[in-house]
Amino acid sequence: MKIPFKYTIKNFTSRKLTTFITIFGVALVVFVFAAVLMMAYGIQKTLKATGLPDNVLITRKAANGEISSIIEGEVQDVIRTLSNIAVNKNGKQIISKEPVVIINLEKISGGMSNVTVRGVSDVIFDLRPQVKIIEGKMFNFGLRELIVGSAVTSRFQGAKIGDVVKFAGDNWQIVGVFDSDGSGFDSEMWGDSQALLNAFNRGSAVSSLTLKLDDVNNFEAFKKNFDFDRRLQQFEAKIEQKYFEEQSELMANFIRILGIFITIIFSFGATIGAMITMYAAVANRTVEVGVLRALGFKRRSILVVFLIESLVIAISGGIVGLFLASFLQFFNISTLNFGSFAELSFGFSLSPTIVISSLLFAVLMGILGGFLPSVRAARLNIVNALRAA
Amino acid sequence: MRILKLIFKNALRHKLRTILTIVGISIAVIAFGLLRTVVTAWNSGVEASAANRLITRQAISFIFPLPLAYRDQIAQIPGVDAVTYANWFQGVYIDKNQFFARLAVDAETMFDVYPEFLLSDEEYQTFLKERNSCIIGQSIAEQYNLKIGDLMTIEGDIYPGDWQFVVRGIYKPRDKTTDATQMFFHWNYLNERMIEMGVGRDNEVGWYIVKIKDPSQTGNVSEQIDALFKNSRAETKTESERAFQQGFVAASSAIITSMNVISFVIIGIIMLVLGNTMIMSARERTREYAVFKTIGFSGGHMIGLILGESLFISALGGALGLFLSFPIIEGFGAVIPRGFFPVFELEPITLVFAVSSVILIGVAASLFPIQKALRTSIVDGLRFIG
Repeated sequence: MKIPFKYTIKNFTSRKLTTFITIFGVALVVFVFAAVLMMAYGIQKTLKATGLPDNVLITRKAANGEISSIIEGEVQDVIRTLSNIAVNKNGKQIISKEPVVIINLEKISGGMSNVTVRGVSDVIFDLRPQVKIIEGKMFNFGLRELIVGSAVTSRFQGAKIGDVVKFAGDNWQIVGVFDSDGSGFDSEMWGDSQALLNAFNRGSAVSSLTLKLDDVNNFEAFKKNFDFDRRLQQFEAKIEQKYFEEQSELMANFIRILGIFITIIFSFGATIGAMITMYAAVANRTVEVGVLRALGFKRRSILVVFLIESLVIAISGGIVGLFLASFLQFFNISTLNFGSFAELSFGFSLSPTIVISSLLFAVLMGILGGFLPSVRAARLNIVNALRAA
Repeated sequence: MRILKLIFKNALRHKLRTILTIVGISIAVIAFGLLRTVVTAWNSGVEASAANRLITRQAISFIFPLPLAYRDQIAQIPGVDAVTYANWFQGVYIDKNQFFARLAVDAETMFDVYPEFLLSDEEYQTFLKERNSCIIGQSIAEQYNLKIGDLMTIEGDIYPGDWQFVVRGIYKPRDKTTDATQMFFHWNYLNERMIEMGVGRDNEVGWYIVKIKDPSQTGNVSEQIDALFKNSRAETKTESERAFQQGFVAASSAIITSMNVISFVIIGIIMLVLGNTMIMSARERTREYAVFKTIGFSGGHMIGLILGESLFISALGGALGLFLSFPIIEGFGAVIPRGFFPVFELEPITLVFAVSSVILIGVAASLFPIQKALRTSIVDGLRFIG
C-alpha cells in the first residue's frame, strides 16, 4: 500500500527552514550548471549563425584564424576558375575577397579592445543576404567609408554614424549600421575590400575568400576540384557555417570543461546537503516510521516515501535554478574570442537540451542524496523505532 | 575546559552528519581554490611584467608591424636604456592545439632586456652563431621531450612556408611567475626569408620592448616615443608592460567576472551546508539547551557551545580541503595544455582567502541557531518535541 503524497508535503511544512535551505542549495547548483552551458551554447550559436550552409570559406591551411591567413592574388584567380560558383543576376560570380584585420577601439565601459575590420566585395548582399542595413546607408565602394555591426555601435566609443575611425594614416567615416540576426558579424566593421587593401599596403593579398555555391549540395563536387588543383595545395575550403562554428570550439570547450568541472564539485556539496537533510528527516521521524510500519505499511513504501521527499526537494530546486537562469537570456556579454583575437558579443542561450540536462542533474542529486537515508528508514526495526525517544 | 569537551562530544554525536558536513566543506574549499587559481593564472602575465619595460606597438592594433628603422630613433630618447624587438610568428607545431608562444626576436639584445629567462653563456653563444637555431623554455622542453640539438619543424601561417629550427638552448625561469613556455628564434632568419620571398614584408617588427633607466619615467618616455612617430603611416602606442598585459586580461573580463562570481557562490554553498547542519543540531537539542539553562549555564555558555561546534566543524572541513587542494590543483595544471596558462599555482593569497572565509562561515552558520537557543524560554524548550 502506498503512503499518500500528502504526507510528504505535510512534512515539508513542519521543517520549513531546513527544507528551504536545501532547495536553495540545489537551485544554486542548477543555476550555475545551466548558466555555464548557456554561455557555451550562446557562443556556439552566435558563431554558427555567422556562416551560411551554402557559402564556402577559403583560408590558408596552416592558419588558426582569418587574421593569420594570407591568400595571394594569383591564388584568387585560380579559385575563380573553379566550377560550381554561383553568379548573381548581373552575371557576376558571387565571391567576396576579404582582408581581415583587427583594430583597437575604446570601449564605452572603459578600456581598449579589439574589433575585427573586414573588407568585402560588392556582391556582399548576394553572398550574405542575412545582413541588413538598419541605420544610415551602405558604404560607397572606392571610398574610405565603413559600416559597423550593431554590437560594435552599442559597445565601443566613436562607433556611431558620422564618427570617424582613424587607421593607417587615413580617416574612415562611419556611414551605416548593419545587423545580421545576432551573428558574429554584428561584432565587426565592414569596408570596401580594395580600399582597405590599399590603406594597409597589402597589395592584393587578402585573408580569406568567401563564395556562394550554385547549389547547397555541390560542396563535395567543389571541394574535389579544389583539392585536385596543385596550385591550391596550401589552402583549405570549408563550408562557412562549419568554419565559424570551429572558431568557437576552443572558447566554448574551455568554458564547458571548466564549468562542468566546477558544477560536479558543486553537486557533491549539494548532494551532501540533501543527504544531511534527509538523514535528519529520518532521525526525527523514527517513531513516526515505527507507527507507519505498525500500521502495516511495507518497508518498500517507507523507502519510496523518503525517496520521493528527496526528489521533490531536488526537482523544486532544479526548477527554481532554471527559472533564475532563464533570466540570463536578457543579458548580452562580450569577450575576447581566442579563435579570432577580437571581441565577440553574445548572449546566454537556453536550449531544450540544457533544460533537460539541468533537471536530470537535479534529479540525480536528489536520488544520490536521498537513497541512503531512505534505506536507513526502511530498515528500521518496528519495536526499536517505536521505543526511540 | 568543560565547554571544549562538550563541543567535541556534541560534534561527534551525529558522526555521519558531521563527516558529511566536513566533506561538503572541504569539496567547496577545493573548488574555491581551483577557481581562484585559474583567475590568478589568467593574471600571471601581469604579475610577471617588469616595471622598467615598455611595449611599443602599432597604434591600430598589435597585428600591424612597425618599421625596423624605429629602433634607432627610440634608442636615442633620453631615459631609454636598451631596445629590443620581437615578431609574433605563431605557425603550427605538430598540430593546431599546441598553444605556446613562438617569437622571432633580436638575438643580441633579447636576453639583456629579459633577465628572468636564465640561459647558460655557452648555450647563448652557440645560439648566436647559428642562424636557424632557437631557444625554448624549460616547460616546453619537458612537454615535448626536446633536447639540445633536436629539430623543430613549424608550418608557417602568418609567415608562410616550412620552417626548421635547431634547439640550441633551454632557458630556465628565474621567478615563479616567469613564463617558461616560449620559443625564441633569430629575427634575422625570419627577415632573410622575407627578403627572399620579395613580398615587401622585410624589415618589419612586431613590437619593440624598451628598457628604461628609471621606472618612474614610464609616462614621460612613453609620450616621447609616441610623439616621435605621430602622423606617420605607422603611429605607435607605448605603454608599460603591465598595462599591455592588462589589456589582454581586460578583454576576457567577462569570463573572469563570472569566475569571480562563481567563487563567491561557492562560499554561499558552504554556508548553506554548514548552516543546515547547525540549525538541525540546535533544533534537536532544544530541550537539552533548556536543561543547561535550568542548571545555570549562562547565555555566554550557550553561544560558546554552538559557535564552538560550528567553528570546529568548519575548521576541520577547511583544513581537509586545503590539504587536498595542492595535489588536485597540481593535477589540473598538468592536464591543461602547456602554454595556455604559463603559470598555474596555488597562490598564498588564495590560501589566506580560503581560511578567512571558512572562519567567517563558521561564525555565520551559528548565528541563527544561537539566536534561537537564546530566545527560547526554558519552559518552551523543555516542552519542545523534535
